[in-house]
Amino acid sequence: MPAAPLPAELPQIAYVPVLDAEVEPTPIRRAVPPVHITTAFDEDGVQSGKARLFKGGKLLLTNGVSTVEGSSGGGIARWATIAGQQMPGGIGLSAHATAIELPDYGWRSYGVAVGFGDRLELSIARADFDTRDVGAALGIGKGYTFNMDTFGAKLRVAGDVVYGDPWLPQIAVGIEHKRSRDGALVRALGATDDESTDVTLSATKLVLARSLLVNATVRYTEANELGLLGFGTTAGAGYALQFEGSLGYQLSRRAVLGAEYRSKPDNLGLGDDDWMDIFAAYALTDHLTLTAAYVDLGSIATFSDQRGGFLSAQVAF
Amino acid sequence: MLLAATASAVLMLLQQAPAEGTDWDAEFGVEVKERDPVTGEIPVEPYEQSNANAGATPYDSAALARDFGGREGIARIAARTVDLSEADPRVAAIFAAHDMVRLKRTLGEQFCYLLGAGCDYSGRDMRTAHAEMGVTKADMNALVENLQAAMREAGVPFAAQNRLLAKLAPMSDQVVE
Repeated sequence: MPAAPLPAELPQIAYVPVLDAEVEPTPIRRAVPPVHITTAFDEDGVQSGKARLFKGGKLLLTNGVSTVEGSSGGGIARWATIAGQQMPGGIGLSAHATAIELPDYGWRSYGVAVGFGDRLELSIARADFDTRDVGAALGIGKGYTFNMDTFGAKLRVAGDVVYGDPWLPQIAVGIEHKRSRDGALVRALGATDDESTDVTLSATKLVLARSLLVNATVRYTEANELGLLGFGTTAGAGYALQFEGSLGYQLSRRAVLGAEYRSKPDNLGLGDDDWMDIFAAYALTDHLTLTAAYVDLGSIATFSDQRGGFLSAQVAF
Repeated sequence: MLLAATASAVLMLLQQAPAEGTDWDAEFGVEVKERDPVTGEIPVEPYEQSNANAGATPYDSAALARDFGGREGIARIAARTVDLSEADPRVAAIFAAHDMVRLKRTLGEQFCYLLGAGCDYSGRDMRTAHAEMGVTKADMNALVENLQAAMREAGVPFAAQNRLLAKLAPMSDQVVE
């Protein structure tokens, strides 16, 4: 097309007054993933709606390891930490398997927990308690195995285990609903129920200046041996407050040494003792943590000095 | 209607292409900040300087400062932390629009002051320095990991690393939005 002759005065777009106008600066916000993306895979994990699945983001070990009841915590004590490696807006997952070898008994437990942001944890775990030769002595049969399911929920209500006021721990309230799968037997042993719900209140803080993790939990429970031997007694013993405490020293980002204590009621009069352990936890990779412990579970069902080894593996995303 | 459309189409066709090498910043009145020839930093709005801006009281321990390699060691760790974060896809976007020269200096001063290694902090307070950056707790964790990596490379014992983090962690409320 041949160039048209230009008019003497070129039209102008009146941009100057607009651009010179004072504009209120708008606060900068981080880009939020678009809402219409329902599911997408990328290097950051899985995107589902607005929630990020398995993106992670937590500092190593700040999701705790897994308790024998499936909750995030130490080996035997529940902590206020939330399972999984997700941050606010994310969803994470952890799974564990634990074995305890005692002179007269064997313990196996395994379970999964889902964490929603830094707020809510839901967990489910199965425990199998093998009485081995003791089963025959107790008249319930050699190798009789007690089984229990634990359904847990935990809600963080205040604080942060790492950040914020150094005197404000992460505080969480929770429940653990337990179902013994040996109803007839535990009733015969003198328990009133084969299912019951524990209520817990936990406070956990990493005292960075001392490289020390401190945890205290109070548990309102009527469980006999965590619930393996049922709940309460026909003699009238019921709910009581129990204490769980943990101390851990951080050797490195990946390694923690510590000790735990957990008080337990002796409702059945079988000589249930308080539990304690010394443990070492090591994050082998960012997603796999191994915990080894020496546990002293005292007397279980009249067989005393149940001390032995505890080994647990946890995978978390 | 047709006339208006034709007229605007003609007007658009008649527009002259902008000349090559137009200084658009000058055209749009964008103020260009020159780096200071001596320090290499981009000047900032004036503010009141005070060690209180560092956000915590310092340690008084010669051994702790030694663990970090003294003032030079601390400056290197701060610079390395910034370099690692700039290259870290999780947080690079936060750093992209900021003056890394100045950040390395002020972060080094803050660490040096908090560790009691004999520096004054000349930067802004934490709330002002991080205003409108949109830092999340996940970003904080990434920064902590980068700082830990820098300290580890410098051979700082883990307990000493945690003592520095103990001073920084409570500031999260002023940094995270």
